Amino acid sequence: MKVVVMIKQVPDTNKVRLDKRTGTLIRKGVPSIINPEDKNALEEALKLKEKTGASVVVVSMGPPQAEDALREALAMGADEAILLTDRAFAGADTWATATTLGHALKKIGDFDLVLAGRQAIDGDTAQVGPQLAEYLKIPQVTYVRELIVDDGKVKATRALEDGYEEIEAELPALLTITKEANVPRYPHAAAIMTAYREQEVALWGAEDINADPESVGLKGSPTQVKRSFTPPPKEPGQVIKSAPSEAARDVVAILRQKNII
Amino acid sequence: MDFQLTEEQQMMQRMVRDFAEKEIGPVAQEMDASGQFPWEVIRKMGSLGLLGLPVPEEYGGCGADTITYAIAVEEISRVSGSVGITLAAHTSLGLDLIYRFGTEEQKHKYLPSLAAGKGLAAFGLTEPEAGSDAAAVKTTAVLDGEQWVINGQKTFITSGSIADVVIVAAVTDKSAGAKGISNFIGEKDTPGFRPGRDEEKMGLKGSVTSQLFFEDCRVPKGNLLGQPGEGFKQFLITLDGGRISIGAMAVGLAQGALDAAVKYSKERVQFGQPIARFQAIQWMIADMATEIEAARWMIYRAAWLKDQGVRFTKEAAMAKLYASEAAERACFKAIQIHGGYGYVKEYDVERIYRDNRLTTIGEGTSEIQRLVIARQVLGKF
Ligand SMILES: Cc1cc2nc3c(=O)[nH]c(=O)nc-3n(C[C@H](O)[C@H](O)[C@H](O)COP(=O)(O)OP(=O)(O)OC[C@H]3O[C@@H](n4cnc5c(N)ncnc54)[C@H](O)[C@@H]3O)c2cc1C
Ligand SMILES: Cc1cc2nc3c(=O)[nH]c(=O)nc-3n(C[C@H](O)[C@H](O)[C@H](O)COP(=O)(O)OP(=O)(O)OC[C@H]3O[C@@H](n4cnc5c(N)ncnc54)[C@H](O)[C@@H]3O)c2cc1C
Repeated sequence: MKVVVMIKQVPDTNKVRLDKRTGTLIRKGVPSIINPEDKNALEEALKLKEKTGASVVVVSMGPPQAEDALREALAMGADEAILLTDRAFAGADTWATATTLGHALKKIGDFDLVLAGRQAIDGDTAQVGPQLAEYLKIPQVTYVRELIVDDGKVKATRALEDGYEEIEAELPALLTITKEANVPRYPHAAAIMTAYREQEVALWGAEDINADPESVGLKGSPTQVKRSFTPPPKEPGQVIKSAPSEAARDVVAILRQKNII
Repeated sequence: MDFQLTEEQQMMQRMVRDFAEKEIGPVAQEMDASGQFPWEVIRKMGSLGLLGLPVPEEYGGCGADTITYAIAVEEISRVSGSVGITLAAHTSLGLDLIYRFGTEEQKHKYLPSLAAGKGLAAFGLTEPEAGSDAAAVKTTAVLDGEQWVINGQKTFITSGSIADVVIVAAVTDKSAGAKGISNFIGEKDTPGFRPGRDEEKMGLKGSVTSQLFFEDCRVPKGNLLGQPGEGFKQFLITLDGGRISIGAMAVGLAQGALDAAVKYSKERVQFGQPIARFQAIQWMIADMATEIEAARWMIYRAAWLKDQGVRFTKEAAMAKLYASEAAERACFKAIQIHGGYGYVKEYDVERIYRDNRLTTIGEGTSEIQRLVIARQVLGKF
């Protein structure tokens, strides 16, 4: 079995600053990490590797320094790493990102399972996984917190706001994994050394994956960021200080007035 | 010249920092209060290869360079000095002596399980009457047929009572002075070997510091490290490396104190503003940061020299001296910045101050470091 995990390198902070002029994220000076839920996806893949002997391939699209994220994935136990890097990929929106990743998966070919994180902590759209599944025309299950692979099928538990869904899908399928799924392992110190000294990260450009330069990167992006802004802080709520019986009446009145009740 | 850590060293730093914050951070305060040895943490460190970092792969270690090892000691100590000293004593004293001076057979026998953290190693040098004057050890070892018979007492031995393996320095030839000392590999359940009490310490309460007694303790002839009489020379070489790790421990403790002080000074409001706005506080923070930076690079440089295979006695002594004393100043300031809150146990800086106090004493006091440095600088005259 071959499991491919999609890894995005993201800045290590949830307080990303935006470049006011270009509307893009400022990445300079912020240390980079593997997107947290991609680590959960990788951990699921590594558990499958331990259980079934599956081979685990990690794929990322990003600038050359994203190689570090892939080396960390290798140190955690991935068998193979591929970095999709090319000037032509720059400026991709989620559509172009999914297209690029899709080309790479078609080149890889014989995968059984694709795992992505639920959502990236910088872009935050949670779109790439589903778009990639659509691109590949394979079944998708999102928000997965538990999965069992058996007999050419995957059984996945989907976490919804008010409960769980159990979904069965034929392989190959794409699952997006949530942080509730597991606690990702730490890489072993010796594996960190091996990841740098002995393992390779394959570099694939647009040509290597047969991607039409017009369909990837900025050119292949149907959406453009027009403007980014920080939303104004929420206004403080109204405090009703009167005695409880009066306060209850006041609250009911306000809720009525707002047509809430 | 290149003042960058390699990508590999940076990843190791991230991994150890992440591990220390998540796995040790939540228990650091409690460890200090209860004095319980953190076996669970130690086991986890073992399973991640952190207890055999510089040991070559063929003996079950990771084959990391000394800078990487120093980074690990620093990051662990930033969160817990107790775990820091346990790691340091195990690796750069216990394991180092076996790795550096052991036969192939001894290395294959002892290193793999120790490097994997299945047990801890300790080095028993200090005695009640032999501290700074290490050549004054009185413990004796006499060859009787196929065994060495050891008699004597050790004191202040890190992990002494809980270690699987203790390297013991003992006199094999009274007439030869320092050249009559030899090191032996001792195993914990050997008859005649008895741990005494564990000391009640000012700090580093989650580490174990023991008295050890040897009464006709018989170890196999093959447990001698190197040749008889080489012990003193061996541990001087090993202690040079040990100083790098105690220095790294001090840098880690100081960094922990600085981090806490920075955070606190931005949160604490007096006279209508965060105290970090007061220049008096800013200067303390600036001094702490500057001295930590200097200390860290001195440690890295001593570690780098060690990896180049050149003599680094002077640089290791300087780095240990400077780092431990700079950390003392940094810890003092961190408490000052916390005011009364720095004096109570609820805040980490109180513990860090006590934990760091050891670093100007263990593996050669500041006075002994100055003596070593002066000897190197002055030469023979
Ligand atoms: C070189 C480069 C230039 C970019 N330039 C711009 C720009 O100019 N303007 C702009 O707005 N955005 C830019 N981006 C960001 C881009 O829009 C997002 O990386 C991408 O669309 C993913 O969206 P998201 O972060 O919301 O991910 P989500 O959809 O939230 O991610 C879900 C999951 O999809 C997978 N995934 C997502 N992205 C990748 C990836 N790159 N590689 C592998 N797996 C992935 C992961 O498993 C992740 O957990 C750029 C990105 C790159 C790499
Ligand atoms: C927590 C802890 C852990 C330890 N772990 C270990 C361990 O694992 N293994 C081990 O073998 N030992 C260990 N030690 C012992 C440690 O190495 C000694 O305490 C240290 O070397 C100092 O020896 P001493 O305590 O006998 O002090 P002394 O040597 O008695 O020193 C007392 C004072 O005299 C000064 N002094 C001594 N000689 C001179 C001189 N020539 N010139 C100027 N000043 C001098 C000293 O600097 C000091 O200020 C540990 C100690 C502690 C507290």
